[in-house]
Amino acid sequence: MAENTKNGSKKKGASYLSARESRRITKYNRRVTKRLEKQRADANKDENLYTTKMKDEGNVVEFDNVCTYFFTDAGTVKAVDGVTFNVPKCSTVGVVGESGCGKSVTSLSLMQLLQRPQGQVVGGEIRFNKDDGTAYNIVNTPNEIMEKIRGNRISMIFQEPMTSLNPVFRIGAQVDEVLKLHNPDWTEEQIKERTLEMLDMVGIANKEGVYKMYPHELSGGMRQRVMIAIALACSPTLIIADEPTTALDVTIQAQILDLLQNLKDRLQSSIMLITHDLGVVAGMADYVVVMYAGRVIEKGTADDIFHHPSHPYTIGLMRSKPVVGKKVEELYNIPGSVPNPVDMPNYCYYKDRCEMHCDRCSGDYPPEIRISDTHVVSCWRYFDEGEVLGYPKSVNVEDL
Amino acid sequence: MAESEVLLEVKDLKKWFPIKAGFFKHTVGYVYAVDGISFQIKRGQTMGLVGESGCGKSTTGRTILRLLERTDGQVIFDGQDLNDLSKEELRRIRPRIQIVFQDPYSSLSPRLPVGEIIGEAVREHGIVPEEEFDDYITRVMEVCGLPPYYKDRYPHEFSGGQRQRICIARALALSPDFIVCDEPVSALDVSIQAQIINLLKKLQKDYGLTYLFISHDLSVVEHISDTVGVMYLGNMVEFAETDEIFANPLHPYTKALFSAIPVPDPDVKIDRVILPGSIPSPANPPKGCKFHTRCEKCMAACTVKAPEWQEVEPGHWCACHLYNMDALTPEEKEPAMSDEAKDT
Repeated sequence: MAENTKNGSKKKGASYLSARESRRITKYNRRVTKRLEKQRADANKDENLYTTKMKDEGNVVEFDNVCTYFFTDAGTVKAVDGVTFNVPKCSTVGVVGESGCGKSVTSLSLMQLLQRPQGQVVGGEIRFNKDDGTAYNIVNTPNEIMEKIRGNRISMIFQEPMTSLNPVFRIGAQVDEVLKLHNPDWTEEQIKERTLEMLDMVGIANKEGVYKMYPHELSGGMRQRVMIAIALACSPTLIIADEPTTALDVTIQAQILDLLQNLKDRLQSSIMLITHDLGVVAGMADYVVVMYAGRVIEKGTADDIFHHPSHPYTIGLMRSKPVVGKKVEELYNIPGSVPNPVDMPNYCYYKDRCEMHCDRCSGDYPPEIRISDTHVVSCWRYFDEGEVLGYPKSVNVEDL
Repeated sequence: MAESEVLLEVKDLKKWFPIKAGFFKHTVGYVYAVDGISFQIKRGQTMGLVGESGCGKSTTGRTILRLLERTDGQVIFDGQDLNDLSKEELRRIRPRIQIVFQDPYSSLSPRLPVGEIIGEAVREHGIVPEEEFDDYITRVMEVCGLPPYYKDRYPHEFSGGQRQRICIARALALSPDFIVCDEPVSALDVSIQAQIINLLKKLQKDYGLTYLFISHDLSVVEHISDTVGVMYLGNMVEFAETDEIFANPLHPYTKALFSAIPVPDPDVKIDRVILPGSIPSPANPPKGCKFHTRCEKCMAACTVKAPEWQEVEPGHWCACHLYNMDALTPEEKEPAMSDEAKDT
């Protein structure tokens, strides 16, 4: 109770803004976003600034210390703050975390779909493999090139199949559109043929009928299948699935996950699976990245994360989910809640909720520590046991 | 009157929503949202109600509370049929049956401070004398893990988990016997879910509450419930004690449903029964057994005859022809090709 009281009063203090303070923030935001937009326009013109080299050719995408900030009227929100991880070819990477931990913003940064000018990638590199020895640095890539990548090389499946299809166009037209855009030399017949092939591939039996239907005539599971057909139409190298099954029922969820897994193998794509459901990740992913408050706190193979969870948050998360067949009298609950994103502490973000914290935790934010070949964790408890890989680098907002 | 063990008994409850059409809005058909379900909940126990969306779970909960008027059947609460009660009698029994809704964002009035949200019904029903009112609200809030100084704040200042606590406090303030929890945790994050589930369990232990826990999250239901009922398209297909039903599911739908639960362990490879197609429309349910269009064990009888709701093993009820084979003729036992779910 005492802790609640403390958090409560702090919260009120943080959300209160005087008129003068509010004006200062607005003015500052305007200045910073204007400058960032200008920098970006300059970078877009110079090919050297947006082509780079992959660190490892075996990866499709490398996130290297990505910082995505939102300049809001309440202050700067560091939604993603120094995120580093890779998506290897032909594999599934699960990104897990609670709502507001930055998992969706990470994927939006990769697609350049952030709400600009408030949302900006202010630091780091996102390298996307061109498969010819070079790579795009997505952060500086101009829009014309992004348009060729989006939907073609990287595509996205959204959470809500109900809202991501356009209600006034027929299903056929919506799948055709993607193909038309990325294959301008195809004939109408070729496009229709490919669309029907795609609908067939995602398990829609009545493909000719569905081609002529409107989205409202389909059930949730069928709509999600159509979304998958649209996403896979151009055989992308990376599919971002942002909570693809959250809006669906368990039995339909099983169908869709099964389908995604099969298609991934057939098209030799990689999947970046964003979800908050540990069960879904366990069944699908080869690698798992756990995020908390805008930072990666633990990453490794599925085996590392599920059999040797090391960060106290991952351990807590696993213990707080009831599992069928495992009887527990009381579920573990992680005390408190996520810190205010406008006003992050300067020590480990999880310390205030952590039951295993030690003296060191009050110091700097913990570095990434490699505890086995594949397993990396950001926690001071492992400082003496593994090799320190480096600290997540935050961008100082005052310098922008 | 001696207290009986059963607090709530539902007998053949039906709720059909009429479909109106035409200029004079005459009824052209019905949506068979709840189509004859029966179950009992014992005092101090929790019954979990699971099923896919659109199978009538929430309608059941609301019909029990008379938030919706039933079409047919009985709801017997503590020896009284709720549907026979007059307005005044119903008002007197209301504090004893409460509900916690799914979405904590839309079920709290944005214009009332928290103390007023929790206290409104307390004042209305005269649960405590006016001079003790403040202390009482403080006590209820503390029980639900809300610091008393939240009393003057408004719902928008709170996170999802805190709001759900307010909803629970609002229900609890009337010292009810029975609470319908309509997906209370599905809008919350995993770590917050655990907090709310633990709170519900603690309150049940301390105050001897009885819950009807509606959810589509099977692992949560397994954790909290004593008995579980599985619904499909307006009908109850299986009902048993939690341990029994999870260890030994009988109905093919239950089996498929349980095998679809994702397990947070990469080494566990379950033999998934993946159901073809999706749930048919409740306005035009399939003839015979409603599940036969998606069932892999479908027989000739299933397409014509609705299976009976019977006690297959002691305490384990199921509605499926597979457990009533003696009553079928050999022709009826012929496997029938379920007409491959039409849209898949």
